[in-house]
Amino acid sequence: MPYPEPIQEFVENLSFIDDRAERIQALIDLSKSYKAADREPPFPEDNRVKGCESEVFTWVTLNDDQTLNLEIIVENPQGLSAMAMAALLTQGLQNQPPVTAESLDEELVYSLFGKELSMGKTMGLTNLVRQIKAQSLNLA
Amino acid sequence: MTTDIESRGYAKPEALVSTDWVAAHLDDPNVIIVESNEDPLLYPSSHIPGAFEIDWTLDLNDQTVRDYLGSDGFAELMSRLGATKDSHIVFYGDKSNWWACYAFWVFQLFGHSNASVMDGGRLKWMNENRPLSTEVPNIEPTVYPAPVRDDKTERAFRDEVLAHVKEHGQLVDVRSPEEFSGARMHMPDYPNEGALRGGHIPGAASIPWANAINPETGTFKTFDELEQIYEKTKGINRDEPTIAYCRIGERSSHTWFVLKYLLGHSNVKNYDGSWTEWGNGVGLPIEKP
Repeated sequence: MPYPEPIQEFVENLSFIDDRAERIQALIDLSKSYKAADREPPFPEDNRVKGCESEVFTWVTLNDDQTLNLEIIVENPQGLSAMAMAALLTQGLQNQPPVTAESLDEELVYSLFGKELSMGKTMGLTNLVRQIKAQSLNLA
Repeated sequence: MTTDIESRGYAKPEALVSTDWVAAHLDDPNVIIVESNEDPLLYPSSHIPGAFEIDWTLDLNDQTVRDYLGSDGFAELMSRLGATKDSHIVFYGDKSNWWACYAFWVFQLFGHSNASVMDGGRLKWMNENRPLSTEVPNIEPTVYPAPVRDDKTERAFRDEVLAHVKEHGQLVDVRSPEEFSGARMHMPDYPNEGALRGGHIPGAASIPWANAINPETGTFKTFDELEQIYEKTKGINRDEPTIAYCRIGERSSHTWFVLKYLLGHSNVKNYDGSWTEWGNGVGLPIEKP
């Protein structure tokens, strides 16, 4: 099953880039589109992404039209990978029906960042994807 | 005038440089600044002006054997950095210099002892609003003589660790307390990564790596504070051989740096096989509390 369209499109475009530096630059550019949710700390532990060292918190609620409203906060100003992933998930799921999250999987992390990530970084990003997926599907 | 680092009483203060020192040496041709991170996006997004990047997976590891780069690979790497035998290499990076210390340790396998770690790492430099650049240095490659890698002085292998255990030698397990106890076989919320057994190497002392760091700044604690942690509380004897380990040898290279350079212990080795080897090894004893 393909990812939601904006995510699928980004993944496919990235796959056409052979040069590692260019791939990384595309991810940095993606991270720049991340916008922190307008929420004040302290944030509930229930919303924390476990294992993510960038201190990431997520909330998924329903809009009046029963579509998803994603809010993600990356507390670490140097958490660029987490910001890139947060931006992409938001692009793919914001204002979409909850079931849209069904196609999200752990491969998304590898599709974006390759196999050369450390275990810690991989796990933090994977848990971010898992948490957004679970929070979204709970609303389906 | 005594600098902050000198005032902390370290055994080998020259192994640590401050952000002030680095800022004052940005144009020093003998100083080569190297950033090494866990997050591959950080260096390309911005770095200390003139700094090179060393990627721990691509630049330091052999791509087919579980081992580090060989002599020729190291010579090639140093050539790419524009380094000579006299160059002063300064490492810094994310996560309180985890990966910087790992790179520093690998450089010591090749005997490049004119090297330091920037205290506080990337985070401190950023927090001080110091200059940043996205430009990758363009230098004339040098010819760096291929050194022989010394796997005996700073590095421990499985058989040596086993012999060390039988002699009741000192071991420092720098993983989390949960990993040490065997309650977990990996860091909290991290995957198992294939270790069959949980616990620790018999006789090891549990001293998580981050105990050496001031959490607010990412800087190293003072000599007195480190002495209290490692020697007085945990009983690590500075005159006896010590082997540090973690999961794959990266966190323990941080502790290796602390023991060898900041506390001045005479014989410290990093066991990079660590728990991913020991926890799976046939015939290797483990201990659980």
